[in-house]
Amino acid sequence: MSVMTAPAMPAAETVKPLVEVKNLGRIFDVSKPWLNRVTERLPRRLLVAAAEVTFSIATRETFALVGESGSGKSTVAKMVVGLIPPSTGEVIIDGVSMSNRKHEADRRRLRRRIQMVFQDPYASLNPRWRALDIVAEPLRAFGIAQSDIETAKQVGDLLRLVGLDPADGAKYPHEFSGGQRQRIAIARALACNPEFIVCDEPTSALDVSVQAQILNLMRDLQDRFGLTYLFISHNLAVVRHMANRIGVMYLGRLVEVAPAREMFAKPKHPYTRMLLDAVPDLDLTGRKRKPVEGEVPNPVEPPPGCPFHPRCPFANARCRVEMPLPIQAGAATVRCHAVEEGRI
Amino acid sequence: MTSVLSVRNLTVEFPTRRGILTAIDDVSFDIGPGEVLGVVGESGAGKSITGTAVIGLIEPPGRIAGGEVLLRGQRIDNLPPEQMRRIRGKRIGMVFQDPLTSLNPLYRIGDQLVETITTHTNLSNAQARTKALSLLAEVGIPAPEMRIEAYPHQFSGGMRQRVVLALALAVEPELVIADEPTTALDVSVQAQIIALLKRLCAQHGAAVMLITHDMGVIAETADRVAVMYAGRIAEIGPVRDVIKAPLHPYTKGLMGSIPSLTGESDRLVQIPGSMPRLTAIPSGCPFHPRCPRAFVPCPTFRPELQPEAHSQVACWLYHPFPVTAEAS
Repeated sequence: MSVMTAPAMPAAETVKPLVEVKNLGRIFDVSKPWLNRVTERLPRRLLVAAAEVTFSIATRETFALVGESGSGKSTVAKMVVGLIPPSTGEVIIDGVSMSNRKHEADRRRLRRRIQMVFQDPYASLNPRWRALDIVAEPLRAFGIAQSDIETAKQVGDLLRLVGLDPADGAKYPHEFSGGQRQRIAIARALACNPEFIVCDEPTSALDVSVQAQILNLMRDLQDRFGLTYLFISHNLAVVRHMANRIGVMYLGRLVEVAPAREMFAKPKHPYTRMLLDAVPDLDLTGRKRKPVEGEVPNPVEPPPGCPFHPRCPFANARCRVEMPLPIQAGAATVRCHAVEEGRI
Repeated sequence: MTSVLSVRNLTVEFPTRRGILTAIDDVSFDIGPGEVLGVVGESGAGKSITGTAVIGLIEPPGRIAGGEVLLRGQRIDNLPPEQMRRIRGKRIGMVFQDPLTSLNPLYRIGDQLVETITTHTNLSNAQARTKALSLLAEVGIPAPEMRIEAYPHQFSGGMRQRVVLALALAVEPELVIADEPTTALDVSVQAQIIALLKRLCAQHGAAVMLITHDMGVIAETADRVAVMYAGRIAEIGPVRDVIKAPLHPYTKGLMGSIPSLTGESDRLVQIPGSMPRLTAIPSGCPFHPRCPRAFVPCPTFRPELQPEAHSQVACWLYHPFPVTAEAS
């Protein structure tokens, strides 16, 4: 495998990206309370949930973040929509920085163009509100609909759009199944005509046949309204089905970013290879699987050097002390000494 | 060869104020020695209730309303609770989805293993402890001499599930019931636990009833698979046949709706609607309102499992249907 050290210009960057995430990082303080620290002589404990995360998403593209639990993918999603402020770096959407105080007015205009769909439709819908009030909330909050009649009409259209009956709007969330609830959450996200939707594990609480319905719906809506998605998932098969480009996260860092096709055909980072190898084989090809070693370490005390080295079959002395920097390898960006040195 | 577990016409009902709900309706299957039977289905299909009924842990007012459960030819569904308690843990081992709920958080894992072993065998405490250590080593817990003194919260999710496997296999059960054993785990750890479960059960010669919603796990592990829908078995057969050449339209839809890592698929196959609630199970074939190939007999007559190719399938497409259907 030849490794290019000079970064080539990928096709995606010729179009101006809608979303740019630059060097994003977030540190959580998980120390015990001050008094305990003083009496028990404990140090501060900091959890680096995300560090040096850089990627961009072009208009109408689906960018997916995959990783195991604790890899920081949801933290990144929340920072991108502005639910939690980043500790370092910034998110720029359509040229407007989400963290710079100067752009407050621009940012307010931007907010209605960004929406989010959460994992658990049992938790993300207010159980005391009727479905139509849930869907109408963004219309009212952003002053999109002028009158109650117009609101009701738009809510009906939205419910029909996601495959529900407008008459269902009078029901409460507990009267719907999980898949129908996720449809309501999607209708709410679509209410203010957003361009960019962040989906945090939108189907992992659903059964497979319902998951297929929701994934198909999300792709149809993307084609129809030209939506841009940031799609978070731990399921590689779902990601392969949805994404144009994929970023793999491990312990808060992006270890590989590559076009979807490329990543599944030729995974580069040893962690990506391991993840692909761990997916159960539905085609019954009898493919021999390499046994996966170990588990994700505690993110409060990450290993020194490359965070993946304790589980990596290709690790050497350099990996144990030096954090690899992102390098360009073909169409992919990889953080790995072994790839850089051409060892794998 | 006699099967380890035989379930015959099992029916489980839950009486409620609005009438009786039938969660399991006339389910029959067998598991042979050393065989892994996968039970797959979506939420509400009744797969967990089937497992719970086999080990006699249906919560009242739910009850087994019909049929029988035989362990090595011995009827166990009508045993008094005290006798059933002795069978559970000794002859039937159990692994549940969330390892934190199957381990007592207040006891060291060593004590829990020793308690299980001494309850069901004549071993002394010291012998049981030696056995516990070898079990922990066998399930791949590093440094078992140290870890045996640890509490469940000191283990990671994957390690906890290994401890639960050690507990389930502690006294060499004939049957292991594993209810979603890997669902709470990350993919990389999931692969480790599947491999371990498979290897251990083969070594100990235990039959396994593996309940999961994940077809991938079934494909990796099971010898035969039963597909459940609305409290009934829609199709049961060798894993290769069911996955590669499903017969029942529900199984076909289910297989098509799974995004795959290989092959090009622009759109996933979609089964319209969702699993019926127990309060409103459709008449005839319960799948007929969602079925793309439903025809004359389906809404009226209930299909029974009948042999077709290497499998058994409950669908009128494969069997001659009652002629009276045309009249109705």
